[in-house]
Amino acid sequence: MAELMKTIGIWLSAYFTLSIFSFLYKDNPFYKLAEQIFVGLSAAYWLVYTIYNILIPNLFNKLFTDFANNWILLIPMVLGIMMLMRMFPKLEWVSRYPMAIMIGTTAAIAMLLSFQSDFLSQIAATIVNPFKFSSPVDIVGTILIIIGTICGIYFFYFSKKPEGFYKIPSKVGIWFLMVSFGASFGYTVMARISLLIGRLDFLLRDWLHIIK
Amino acid sequence: MKNLHLILLFLLIGIFAFATSEGTETYTAEDAPWDDGTAVLHRWNLSAKWEFLSLQKADSLGVYQEIFNEFSPSGQFKETGLNPDTKYQYRLVAYNKERSDSTSLFSETTTQQQWFAMNKLPLLILLVIVCSSVLYYILSARKGKELFIRRISGLDSIDEAIGRATEKGKPILFVPGISDLGDIQTIAALNILNQVAMKSAEYGTEILVPCRFSMVMSAARETVKDGYLKAGKPDAYKEDNIFYVTDDQFGFVAGVDGIMLRELPAANFFLGAFWAESLILAETGFTTGAIQTAGTGQPHQLPFFVVSCDYTLIGEELYAASAYLSRDPQQLGSLKGQDFGKLLTIILILAGIIAEIAGLGWFKNFFEGVF
Repeated sequence: MAELMKTIGIWLSAYFTLSIFSFLYKDNPFYKLAEQIFVGLSAAYWLVYTIYNILIPNLFNKLFTDFANNWILLIPMVLGIMMLMRMFPKLEWVSRYPMAIMIGTTAAIAMLLSFQSDFLSQIAATIVNPFKFSSPVDIVGTILIIIGTICGIYFFYFSKKPEGFYKIPSKVGIWFLMVSFGASFGYTVMARISLLIGRLDFLLRDWLHIIK
Repeated sequence: MKNLHLILLFLLIGIFAFATSEGTETYTAEDAPWDDGTAVLHRWNLSAKWEFLSLQKADSLGVYQEIFNEFSPSGQFKETGLNPDTKYQYRLVAYNKERSDSTSLFSETTTQQQWFAMNKLPLLILLVIVCSSVLYYILSARKGKELFIRRISGLDSIDEAIGRATEKGKPILFVPGISDLGDIQTIAALNILNQVAMKSAEYGTEILVPCRFSMVMSAARETVKDGYLKAGKPDAYKEDNIFYVTDDQFGFVAGVDGIMLRELPAANFFLGAFWAESLILAETGFTTGAIQTAGTGQPHQLPFFVVSCDYTLIGEELYAASAYLSRDPQQLGSLKGQDFGKLLTIILILAGIIAEIAGLGWFKNFFEGVF
């Protein structure tokens, strides 16, 4: 029985893999079916996951088993219920409060984090004496990092028109950005090819047994 | 003459102290200053004959367990993850090369919580400076001061894209990223959505907003509704056009791809946080012939948008977009304040490099929170 289920699973996986690949030709009924099943199944899966892995262990279990030490969880629970008020048109306004709290908190936390990582750490990491190194490669590399960082920041300076002298750092900044994008592109494409190889491996090894 | 004697005496004491200190082996464990009482700073100074060390902490039974063993004749080690207001006992054992001889040094300390984390002082100072500049520019903008913002071509394209969708009688697709509301990029995307919704309402063009998370969907509905209200067309707002697809990353992408192929939107906006799905979305949009504008703060996904979209908002431009599009004095003031922060960063980096070259290490140490 287990073997039969495994075989059915492999055939279904192969069918859906080929259906998704068929999109490379054009939109077709096979792709549509695979897409609808994928979307529907994943939505249902995440609903069940949220209930059993988030709501029950993190909220209900804690409240029912040790209320005295977890009463603070009533706050997110009430906020969650307020969100559900969207379902009733007359009480829709109630849901704006948890949303406002969420957005405000996110903005505040993100501001502090980005100040630490993008601002302070960036300044400290770029303050390097390039001439402390003995190797010419290290000296040139450090100088390039300094120029790239300063010009990169200047590219995002919106208060000055990039013309005349001010055009130079802006141009240099975008060159540095484009070079880094190119490197990142190549790196990610390689990773994607490995994903494709993984799928082909499944088709040729597990399904067709061409690769032993 | 008396002073000269005193000076000579101090000099002699100093020389004696220096000479004896060379041979003295010291080890101290002290509560790390200005922290939350969870760290201990170990410092040692060993003679040259030792080549191995073992720093040990006594457990609840009084048995010493090793916590650090990288040898250096003199050095320091910061032990973290401790409990505040707790007494700890330590032993430093140094061995010779053959491990035939050893010496043990003992120390103990009690961890203490301090009121202020002084290593965060530079963060506080810079935060106050930049926030003050933001407030200053907001107040200036409110008073009617003209604030200049340079042209951002990726944002100028938004009007063009909506206009084209209107001409073709096709909808606009707006994907506010695949991150939840707890991501600042999603919030930036929703700010832009407000402007796009307002313009699409003005032009009478339908806007489709597929969402990965329910919270984003709720916020997007409010945002689009507000845009339609601002445009004076609340009746044209269709709540069903802002919908949930699925929480699953690639399930969401498959769904959005299907929408692009079947609804054939004339303008696609991919703004917010994107990961591995960025190229799949942008390539599918490209095959449908839609004019595409993308923007994200994810550096690894930007290259894919650059190659497959007509316009790309790179990082910071995404956050500036809302102010640029709305020309709202409050948002413009905030953007100008952030620009001041960028200028300050450049100045501090340049000053820091000069200080480093001049051998003034305290400048860099300040930004690293080391005083």
